[in-house]
Amino acid sequence: MEATKKEHQLIVSVSPHVKSEETTSRIMWTVSLALLPALLFGVYFFGLKALFITALCIVSSLASEQLYMKIVGKKSPVGDGSAFLTGLLLGMNMPASLWSFSPFTAHVPIVASFVAVVITKQLFGGLGFNVFNPALIGRAFALISFPKAMTIWMEPTGSFLAMDAKTTATPLGILKEAGMTELIKVFGDHTSLYQHLLIGNRAGSIGETSAIALLIGGLFLIYKRYITWHIPVSFLGAAALMAWVFGTKGSFFTGDPIVHILSGGMMLGAFFMATDYVTSPSMRKGQILFGAGCGVLTMLIRLKGGFPEGVMFAILIMNCFAPLIDRGFRSKVFGAVKPKAKEAK
Amino acid sequence: MGLATFKGGIHPPDKKTLSASSPITETKAPKIVVIPLSQHVGAPCKPVVTIGQEVKKGEIVGEPGGFVSSPVHSSVSGKVIAIGEFQNAMGRMVNSVVIENNGKEEWAALKDSPDYMSLPPEELREKIKAAGIVGLGGAAFPTAVKLTPPKEKPIDVVIINGAECEPYLTADYRLMVEKPKEVIEGLKILMKVLGVTKGYVGIENNKPDAVAKMSEAAKGEAGITVLALEVKYPQGAEKMLIKAVAGREVPARGLPMDVGAVVQNVGTALAIYEAARYGKPLIERVVTVTGEGIKEPKNLMTRVGTKISELIDECGGLRDDVAKVVAGGPMMGFAMSSLDVPVTKGTSGVLVLPEEGVVHAEDYGPCIRCGRCIDICAMGLMPSMLSILSEKGMYEEAKAYNLFDCFECGSCAFVCPSKRPIVQLVRLAKSMVKP
Repeated sequence: MEATKKEHQLIVSVSPHVKSEETTSRIMWTVSLALLPALLFGVYFFGLKALFITALCIVSSLASEQLYMKIVGKKSPVGDGSAFLTGLLLGMNMPASLWSFSPFTAHVPIVASFVAVVITKQLFGGLGFNVFNPALIGRAFALISFPKAMTIWMEPTGSFLAMDAKTTATPLGILKEAGMTELIKVFGDHTSLYQHLLIGNRAGSIGETSAIALLIGGLFLIYKRYITWHIPVSFLGAAALMAWVFGTKGSFFTGDPIVHILSGGMMLGAFFMATDYVTSPSMRKGQILFGAGCGVLTMLIRLKGGFPEGVMFAILIMNCFAPLIDRGFRSKVFGAVKPKAKEAK
Repeated sequence: MGLATFKGGIHPPDKKTLSASSPITETKAPKIVVIPLSQHVGAPCKPVVTIGQEVKKGEIVGEPGGFVSSPVHSSVSGKVIAIGEFQNAMGRMVNSVVIENNGKEEWAALKDSPDYMSLPPEELREKIKAAGIVGLGGAAFPTAVKLTPPKEKPIDVVIINGAECEPYLTADYRLMVEKPKEVIEGLKILMKVLGVTKGYVGIENNKPDAVAKMSEAAKGEAGITVLALEVKYPQGAEKMLIKAVAGREVPARGLPMDVGAVVQNVGTALAIYEAARYGKPLIERVVTVTGEGIKEPKNLMTRVGTKISELIDECGGLRDDVAKVVAGGPMMGFAMSSLDVPVTKGTSGVLVLPEEGVVHAEDYGPCIRCGRCIDICAMGLMPSMLSILSEKGMYEEAKAYNLFDCFECGSCAFVCPSKRPIVQLVRLAKSMVKP
């Protein structure tokens, strides 16, 4: 019989026998692509140094993962794009000024990458099992270990080859130290301040400054259904509300929510860091609570804490609660019998 | 407002054009048939023939082994040459009766009833039971049992399942286009047996001509509505269909009769008509032989007991790059290890898949908790958690995540970007704990 010839080669596996074309690595590369506009803006404003720092983070992340996998004798998962994305996010969360050899600070990205990929991700069981966002732990480690190097902010020059731009303060730094009036004065007027924040023409981490580029990337991910609106909207919404109500010292409902949303790492955090699948809740309702928690904590740190910026710690704190939130918001099973009806039986 | 449907679900490529335009043709009469005594959900049949005995086409060869059971009949006239264990499409060894076809096509005496609609419901139910009719959608649950609901569960609606939501398959579609009258008659018989005045036919809207033909056939029939449904897998799952058509939610772990509904497949309705009208037992069914790996996809009227390999030969044979042959559809069908197994009452299709597109079981990654499976689960479960807990051997915990509400439609494994074998892990967990 013709048909039975090939029998011994037939594959037997459990259904379903067709699968979608979506893969983990495609998700990681698409998210990386969505970050590209913001990175380009960063490189434009902070010059080649920004590019070098980001590249250093990516290379160190990939190398750390390879090294770890070699030591423990496991198959390298580098192809899944996860370490690349971690490195990219980490780089975009660092000041371009780290690319400096006197004083020498170029080792900071390397150390941070190692902490992100090996300690935060691999030692917790690898992709899917890490409790905290790897890039954010890497950054938090760097900020605490090298506080000075991590807070030297270059002035955005817009000149590609400017290797020794002046240093300056971030908008949030000015806000913390001198207040809103001073911040507006630095940028000229209110409109100019908003414009600078929106475009990204201000001091800050490499990839966090251009709100418009981050928004484009974030909307692209929502359009592609890689993320949903729940976390970004609740994050930004809760932060805006907090900023409006408590933003001005000594009076309520007079704060400026726009300045707070557009500055610091808020946009980058809301669209790209808090939405990390592994470290955020899976259920939509839980995601709203998670995002709102991030927004409230961010503003609490910005307004009351010792740091001018709070996005990083806010997300890390909420990461701890993600599994708990998922327990609280279980899905509704089709045809679930209400507990009361059950008792009546 | 959109078309009726349920919450969740996926849109796999439907691939129905491969075989949709091919009219139902008869498979060449098989020389030998292997008729498993267990082709249905429930107790296996007891053989009532002996080796060497001559049997006619339509003659009973196995009698029901219990209440939830269904008789089996010979699909050829000829001689019983063996009774014993033979492999079925799922790879299990099943007690079967092997009959050699003498080519005479002699039918056993069948009871013709031109006036079947005037028969009392009990007699009609008896005819359905005696004809060995089971659900032809794939699950093969004995139809007569569904038609004998307990007194405290009154039935008030009968739904004919014409969704055919499995990609590739076109057997039900062809029946609806070619024999709409007979299918509607089958529905009328079901309504009479259950004493019901409301009947529906639910058809996914990717088959507009089937909707048109069935609507035309149902014209003037009191109480029968033909409904176009949104194209979405698993629209044809009983619970999802009832939700879409009647707006009722079958309670978790409950049965359709808990909400007064009985669902029957299109093919089953035709078999019911033929049993009532001609007394014809269920000895053949339409099997869609399709997939990119078969030369000429077809819809074949095939006798129960015909070898799968004969169907494949009938369709021009396999292409060179064949990797997988599935009994049923791509979402819930069984991959076969051998093609030397018989078509049974539940075989809705034979799907031949080439190497390209087959995802190998070992190539899967960790759950990245993206939540896609949670979004699409028609049962409102958390497949990601089920798969993780099962992988870790935490079966009791999986049970607490409503493990046993899963009916293994495979939507979660379809969308999973890490290609996790979620259905396999769910089955493993189910086998390790009591419901």
